[in-house]
Amino acid sequence: MGQIEWAMWANEQALASGLILITGGIVATAGQFAQWYLGAYSIAAGVLICLLEYPRGKRSKGSTMERCGQKYLTRAVKVFGPLTSNYYIRAFLHLGLSVPAGFLLATILGTACLAIASSIYLLAAIHGEHWTPIETKPKERPQVGGTIKQPPSNPPPRPPAEARKKPSEEEVAGVPGGGPQENPMPVTDEVV
Amino acid sequence: MGNLFVNEGMSIFVILVWLGMNVFLFVWYYRVYDIPDKFFYTRKLLGSALALARAPAACLNFNCMLILLPVCRNLLSFLRGSSACCSTRIRRQLDRNLTFHKMVAWMIALHTAIHTIAHLFNVEWCVNARVNNSDPYSIALSDIGDKPGETYLNFARQRIKNPEGGLYVAVTRLAGITGVVITLCLILIITSSTKTIRRSYFEVFWYTHHLFVIFFIGLAIHGAERIVRGQTAESLLKHKPRECYQNISQWGKIKDCPIPEFSGNPPMTWKWIVGPMFLYLCERLVRFWRSQQKVVITKVVTHPFKTIELQMKKKGFKMEVGQYIFVKCPVVSRLEWHPFTLTSAPEEDFFSIHIRIVGDWTEGLFKACGCDKQEFQDAWKLPKIAVDGPFGTASEDVFSYEVVMLVGAGIGVTPFASILKSIRYKYCNKAPNLRLKKIYFYWLCRDTHAFEWFADLLQLLETQMQKDNAGFLSYNIYLTGWDESQANHFAVHHDEEKDVITGLKQKTLYGRPNWDNEFKTIGSQHPSTRIGVFLCGPEALAETLNKQCISNSDSGPRGVHLIFNKENF
Repeated sequence: MGQIEWAMWANEQALASGLILITGGIVATAGQFAQWYLGAYSIAAGVLICLLEYPRGKRSKGSTMERCGQKYLTRAVKVFGPLTSNYYIRAFLHLGLSVPAGFLLATILGTACLAIASSIYLLAAIHGEHWTPIETKPKERPQVGGTIKQPPSNPPPRPPAEARKKPSEEEVAGVPGGGPQENPMPVTDEVV
Repeated sequence: MGNLFVNEGMSIFVILVWLGMNVFLFVWYYRVYDIPDKFFYTRKLLGSALALARAPAACLNFNCMLILLPVCRNLLSFLRGSSACCSTRIRRQLDRNLTFHKMVAWMIALHTAIHTIAHLFNVEWCVNARVNNSDPYSIALSDIGDKPGETYLNFARQRIKNPEGGLYVAVTRLAGITGVVITLCLILIITSSTKTIRRSYFEVFWYTHHLFVIFFIGLAIHGAERIVRGQTAESLLKHKPRECYQNISQWGKIKDCPIPEFSGNPPMTWKWIVGPMFLYLCERLVRFWRSQQKVVITKVVTHPFKTIELQMKKKGFKMEVGQYIFVKCPVVSRLEWHPFTLTSAPEEDFFSIHIRIVGDWTEGLFKACGCDKQEFQDAWKLPKIAVDGPFGTASEDVFSYEVVMLVGAGIGVTPFASILKSIRYKYCNKAPNLRLKKIYFYWLCRDTHAFEWFADLLQLLETQMQKDNAGFLSYNIYLTGWDESQANHFAVHHDEEKDVITGLKQKTLYGRPNWDNEFKTIGSQHPSTRIGVFLCGPEALAETLNKQCISNSDSGPRGVHLIFNKENF
């Protein structure tokens, strides 16, 4: 398992935990369970976690599949700098967020999932991983004519002077006129 | 003009039957808990949350039974082989086993969510009734069971108020503990099975997936404590709920209404899952036994650009074209099995695989076979290998069509190597009963490097086909990634007899094929035939080809039918 980037799995787990916290929170709040305010907290924490985890970080090897529409959130997450790119901070943040939800049965599953995500993030941090945003490189405008090294030194080949003066009806398009081509200037074959 | 039914009809049918069963079970068990008198008092306590928890439970039983079956690949291989008499249509369905496995998994996740949410309400209300935080009727019902000789209705016997009460139930009752544990296992399995993790970090996916063992054990004992209570049959004879429910304070005091007696449902889940669990256990034992059979590496060939070929022999090994095997190398990793398509033909006396060196395991294999050393390796130095398989995939069906289109993208050309080699042998041995009359072969490749070992095969075939049957094999190689300097080179050598890249007489084409044209041409050249289209390549290409097959097939039974078959791991 040498090449594994634990953060990838931690990210999936944390995103799932966020959704589970939101669901459990809605159940507790809508059902007006005892201490349902913890359910309300759960919804808020879940939303925060989903927003934080939605933009996938860039993998150190290979290309990364972006989640649909993640570039707006990438910009927002990037703003926080080391708070979001350091996985130690993320691990402890998730651990902290999970604790209040552990007091309600409806949200305890979210707590467990988030705690697991937190420990995988800790593992990722120990391995030296950190979050880098996926940025699309600005498209380079193709330089028109950039690959042309020298302007052509010979004029383009033209049909002989006789053919140019009188385009007769019998002449089929594409049939070269008269005899062999006489070049006004010496022409060399440049193909190697 | 298009024929969705020819390509997808069987799949749609299977899915509809499966969904239908889910809906049926849901509605049936909802009514079992929502209508009869047996659960009259339970419903007084819990409302419709009872039925809403039991209905998905029935669906979960059904789906957990199904989920193990598509991954018993030896069983599926057996079914595939024994249904040689049956049409290829049924065998094609068995190719979609992994898709079905994933669909069932999502259904399990959905039903788990409904089941859990409904039970959260049940637990909350049960505990509330016990601590007198509910309507008087529920409180009175919950008191039944306190006196000796009474059986309880409300499973929360301790008077601890919420939220601690709910948490207490979760950690002290078997259903609670197993519920939380197996749901956690399910979530971990799902998050490690997403495409990103599966494609890039296979080991995480594979090892985490084995949590299903805990899942199934927990599932089997989940209902053992019987905390879903209903009135017993004898009690229903003596105490009729619809007559007695109104005078609850008189129960036990008047003759017509003795105190009702309750019991829990016996656990049902194990009956559903014990069969598939046994089949899966057999499957793993078969894999283990097969892996113990001795496999000898007879030859190792290093090809350019990080590809190696392993030629092996195993006693009693029989293969068909386009099958794949799972390979384990204990020296590299004691637990990992990796799939590879067989590149040899059944007519050869050895079997071979071509491996691209891309990750940890393949690197380890590379070193273990001594490929990084220059000098000749002694045979005894080669590592021990375990092989499981061969397992059948779509390519086996190639010979049952008259006309086939084979499309391989990059390394996806490997199953077709096996097919083409087999065809060459059949021709050499003058096998006259070949149903296959015409092959259109497309190889799409990004760069020229991967050509080498396959180009040799094509060269041999080219010379062969020239002699015997010039029109049999028509192949097209497409270079999809090329740059300017290469384009110059091609343009200059355009008129030469053999292609500069492959050395073949058939010239390499550049860019991607125009599938619309290709399909229309082939369709019009072979009217009234069933044409098999076989692809081993990326998803996007699969979708394109699938659409083309559907839109270029005639609707009537007499016209041309293009049947799409995709291989994947």
